[in-house]
Amino acid sequence: MAKINLKNLEKSYGKTKVLHDLSFDINEGELIVIVGPSGCGKSTLLRMVAGLEEVNAGSIFIDDKKVNDLEPMERNIAMVFQNYALYPHMTVFQNMSYALKILKIPKDEIYSRVQKAAEILELGELLERQPSQLSGGQRQRVAMGRAIVRNPAAFLFDEPLSNLDAKLRVQMRLEIKKLQTQLKTTSLYVTHDQVEAMTLADRMVVMNEGKVEHIGTPLEVYTKPKTLFTAQFIGSPAMNILECECKNGEIILSNGSTLKINTKHQGRANLGLRPEDFSIDENGPIKLKIELMELIGANTLFHCRLEKNNEPVVVSIPGVLENKYIGKSVGFSYDNSKIHLFAINSNQRIS
Amino acid sequence: MIEKKKSGYWLSHLGLCLGVLFIFFPVWLAFVGSTVTQDDILQPPYPVLPGPHFFENYSSALFQGGPDGYDTGQISVLKMLINSTIMALGITIGKIIISLLSAFAFVYFRFPGRKTFFWIIFLTLMLPIEVRIVPTYQVAANLGLLNSYTGLIFPLIASATATFLFRQFFLTIPSEMVEAARIDGATPMQFFKDILIPISKTNIAALFVILFVYGFNQYLWPLLITTTPDMQTIVMGIKFMIPTGDDYGHWPTIFSTAMLAMLPPVIIVISMQKFFVKGLLESDK
Repeated sequence: MAKINLKNLEKSYGKTKVLHDLSFDINEGELIVIVGPSGCGKSTLLRMVAGLEEVNAGSIFIDDKKVNDLEPMERNIAMVFQNYALYPHMTVFQNMSYALKILKIPKDEIYSRVQKAAEILELGELLERQPSQLSGGQRQRVAMGRAIVRNPAAFLFDEPLSNLDAKLRVQMRLEIKKLQTQLKTTSLYVTHDQVEAMTLADRMVVMNEGKVEHIGTPLEVYTKPKTLFTAQFIGSPAMNILECECKNGEIILSNGSTLKINTKHQGRANLGLRPEDFSIDENGPIKLKIELMELIGANTLFHCRLEKNNEPVVVSIPGVLENKYIGKSVGFSYDNSKIHLFAINSNQRIS
Repeated sequence: MIEKKKSGYWLSHLGLCLGVLFIFFPVWLAFVGSTVTQDDILQPPYPVLPGPHFFENYSSALFQGGPDGYDTGQISVLKMLINSTIMALGITIGKIIISLLSAFAFVYFRFPGRKTFFWIIFLTLMLPIEVRIVPTYQVAANLGLLNSYTGLIFPLIASATATFLFRQFFLTIPSEMVEAARIDGATPMQFFKDILIPISKTNIAALFVILFVYGFNQYLWPLLITTTPDMQTIVMGIKFMIPTGDDYGHWPTIFSTAMLAMLPPVIIVISMQKFFVKGLLESDK
């Protein structure tokens, strides 16, 4: 167990700056998920912590020790890669024990450590197999086993579930969570999948274009996104953003509909409305013209347009609804306690 | 439909059989020639079926370099075979080691002049031995390498082709493999030895076969670098046995030697092929 502190990290490739002045702390035993769209620098950040990428400016501390110039091995971290990166010519046992063999740990200790890790991961019967004889999920587990046997200060996961099919991904996600709570090893987990981020994270870091947009618990990030980007990135379907005008505690949409809210903000703003916070209400203040309905099982999605000015809005209503709404105008009300307002220029949350 | 398929099957089979016969016929004539007497060969017609002198011809060639009373001025074919095999193995193993190491350096290290060196090596692909044979001979002679195994092997070891081949193969290995090894704490040489070489074994086997045959068939360089008979390779030996001018030569011996000369490459190809195919089936990156 260790804590990791990142201070003012910067990274550029040639003239392109990929990380801008990035700082945050990871507490002992915490699982931090870094989430963001592709190209936001999240993998680069992880690889810098691992020691696979050079740090241009700033510092990385693992247990208060500056590790900027240490080899990956000397940082005592273990990494799980997206494509597993198992050694194809070695058996599962050899794969898991390679790091220990290099450390010149006595054979019987290697054996007992691998056995223990194999037991945790239910790999006991596969130890003599080659990676090519394993399924994707099993390979992923071997990759984690390789990380566990070393008792590292921290685990680094680089999109470890992206190569698995949807069902297996859900299962492995639970396993990773279980494993991490059991071992209490500090972990840094990179993903572009917001569901993974929400379910796994103790705290999550939302990144965009090399900058941190929001750090917080999944619930905080979901219910009180600090920036417009976070608001749109987290949540599926994405939050609707509409331009509005705030006047004396009222929000006036561009088509004239008004919502009541307690805000001191005056003037123009971006209004964020989560699709799932709408409900059908004939007398509701928001009138939407429904263009398309998608039945996705637990919910029904309405793809609508705001009446009068045609701005697109997505609404999600629990349950399966009939198709009778298509092409009609329907009134919706919105839970006013769940209104999100963002400043026009800075895109920061208001109140 | 079925009949059509059948006739097509037999036709292609027939075609292949003819091909085999066509390729095999000269080898068969050489084999027949190695089992009859000199007189049988010199008096037409040339025999088509093997004669009774197989052991006689082969043992005299193998151990004496020719029959009793026929002075070829040559060493025994066995010695030639040993020379050739040592040379071929030396060239093959040397080439593989050197090119593995240089490809490793080119792919995994960033050193000044990396690109320049790579292109210089690449350029030598365009220079066959014949082109650089005079300066190479000069250097080898000055180093005192004439009439030695070192002289036979050493100048032929550098291989742009093999370096290029391994480089291309190393480039296909996912970078995560290197990173995983770094995180596991492997030093570059440990990575090379524990991971890179084992996963290149199919390429090594394929290259071994090709390079062994290449090394075994070398003619011009051994001809230059060796002057004493006891360093003669078998390819040179055959050439010296073939009569010039009014000489008759001793054809059963020549044919026996030719048959024997085929043996080491054939053994290597057949034995390595198994390993090579097995390796191909198991490979999984």
